[in-house]
Amino acid sequence: MAETITLGKALNHGLRRALESDPKVIIMGEDVGKLGGVFRITDGLQKDFGEDRVIDTPLAEAGIVGTAIGLAIRGYRPVCEIQFDGFVFPAYNQIVAQVAKMFYRSKGNVRLPIVIRIPYGGGIGAVEHHSESPEAYFAHTPGLKVVTCANPADAYHMIQQSIASDDPIVFFEPKRRYWEKGAVDLDAAPDFPLHASRVTRAGSDITLLAYGPMVKVALEAAQAADEDGRNIEVIDLRTLSPLDMGPVYDSVRKTGRCVVVHEAPGNLGLGSEIAARVTEECFYSLEAPVLRVAGYDVPYPAARVEEEYLPDLDRVLDAVDRSFGW
Amino acid sequence: MANGESEPGADAPAGGFVQLLTPDGERVDSVTTADGVTYSVDFTDDEYRGLYRDLVTVRRLDAEATALQRQGELGIWASLLGQEAAQVGSGRALRPQDMAFPTYREHGVLYCRGIDPIMPFGLFRGVDQGGWDPNEFKFNTYTIVIGSQTLHATGYAMGITMDGKTGSPDGEAVIAYFGDGATSQGEVNEGFVWSGVFHAPIVFFCQNNQYAISEPLERQTRIPLYRRAAGYGFPGVRIDGNDVLATYAVTRAALDHARTGQGPTLIEAYTYRMGAHTSSDDPTRYRIASEVESWKAKDPISRVKAFLSKQQLAGDDFFGEVDETAGKLALDLRERVLALPDPPPVSMFDNVYPGGSPEIDAQRAQFERYQASFEGSAH
Repeated sequence: MAETITLGKALNHGLRRALESDPKVIIMGEDVGKLGGVFRITDGLQKDFGEDRVIDTPLAEAGIVGTAIGLAIRGYRPVCEIQFDGFVFPAYNQIVAQVAKMFYRSKGNVRLPIVIRIPYGGGIGAVEHHSESPEAYFAHTPGLKVVTCANPADAYHMIQQSIASDDPIVFFEPKRRYWEKGAVDLDAAPDFPLHASRVTRAGSDITLLAYGPMVKVALEAAQAADEDGRNIEVIDLRTLSPLDMGPVYDSVRKTGRCVVVHEAPGNLGLGSEIAARVTEECFYSLEAPVLRVAGYDVPYPAARVEEEYLPDLDRVLDAVDRSFGW
Repeated sequence: MANGESEPGADAPAGGFVQLLTPDGERVDSVTTADGVTYSVDFTDDEYRGLYRDLVTVRRLDAEATALQRQGELGIWASLLGQEAAQVGSGRALRPQDMAFPTYREHGVLYCRGIDPIMPFGLFRGVDQGGWDPNEFKFNTYTIVIGSQTLHATGYAMGITMDGKTGSPDGEAVIAYFGDGATSQGEVNEGFVWSGVFHAPIVFFCQNNQYAISEPLERQTRIPLYRRAAGYGFPGVRIDGNDVLATYAVTRAALDHARTGQGPTLIEAYTYRMGAHTSSDDPTRYRIASEVESWKAKDPISRVKAFLSKQQLAGDDFFGEVDETAGKLALDLRERVLALPDPPPVSMFDNVYPGGSPEIDAQRAQFERYQASFEGSAH
């Protein structure tokens, strides 16, 4: 039966389900135990599963991921929490040089079924290092898979699918959506593949691509455009590496127009890769160039101006207008 | 001491080290450290001869690898010359259930684990990136980024504890290899912190070979490395890394300490990298010949040979046979290295993801079509 819960609670339920279903699953990170994580995503899990399975670690991100590698070689399935997006970089070497390469280095002998959870994105009025969108760094790295959820139901299922996967997965959580509610059937098994994008709003005039925190913005933009008589199709990408471009190509071949939205800086962001691929695959269908709506190419700014930095409904609609004006 | 031979430990750095066999081949019955721990070995004559054979063999195989590199058959080689005792002593101290996390220089440890010495040559020849199964051999893949493996070793050791495999003489333990340069890495220090906090069954085995490529020890530390352990809350011991007996005794004790649930130990094996950092390095640019000469007098093999001779445990027949057997192994190794096939180019797409990837599959197919387009043409 479906319950209406927040995205954060959905993740909590998903983690609980994963801990229940496989004794090799462990959770490790800073403050994930007694405190339940700074966002309470692991709330109550240490109490129910013990300190050996929900581990409060020393304050060292490279240590969290590096020891997770050794635990995975030993047969465990670690779920690492990085407290905030901007704190992942001390672990960058372990993620990019070790987690991503071990299966390749060992000719397939060593699987590292590690999930690295990272709350990401802005919009919460935070100080420096607490609002970043570093997904492109990881999507650029062969050997890692990268996914992100946009709603409670996906959060619940995707975290379980990620933990069950033998691939190393960087799991980006849209932190400003943690408190937003949606219907989740906690008894249902996942019925949609992890590495698949999804059309979340059917439309015929233009294709709008988004993921994570920007899906809500895209849907709101589509709603607003509808009132102007423009029928926007919205696709939630969900998987950033590998990208699932099939539904995107189908959509663009139908609409002839495409806008990509993300919070991360535009320069060499996911939108750049998507624009290139759409151009290569749908060239004769395009009525306009693929346009990007992204964060500006500046360090994430101070909180009082982040509303101006972040793509919002107006900037998305402006891009839609520009596409139609081509 | 007679014949002008030096006192045991006379060649030690300030602060001393555990030495059970002097550079002159004099046996020291036991050594008790300032911490009150007594170290000794109790080998049979055969076991002494076996250690000599190990030392000679790993040096001979190493020399063959250096020659192969010079002849263009290996892309690069990281020689263990001078560090044979540190590797054979610690490698033989491991019990079958123990797990080793090497750097890229632990060919001697690999040999002592009973692994075919050709195993790492794919990496150095450039036909793969290693490619073995760590769990099959209880020997992790070589790790090239300095110090990263100490965290992997720590995590693995935490897993041993979680599996309930410590606390008895049959317990499991982990050994993490690294060098003096690595001790400056944050990740190595994190490994120390985590191992201390989680009381992990691990031995941190630092081969202090005095150089991180060109940089001398003084650029890494102001105190002897073994003393760092105190700051993390576990014992640190310095050994004569050119003494296979001391290395064995202290490593075996530390591993047993770990497997019985008594936590980590840091061992600093004080040794010397007699060769270059790798075949791409030129040590004459940063160290003087007299320094190298002074370390030749502390050679890890000649002292065992002197000991065996003095004790009449072996004679020229034995030494000659060991050399000859090692030479045959080296030639066999050479032939098999030369026979290592280049991988088919399309294999670069293998083993990127356990679960596969449609993007990689598409690139593989595109690559195969591109390759096929040359078929039948002279290119």
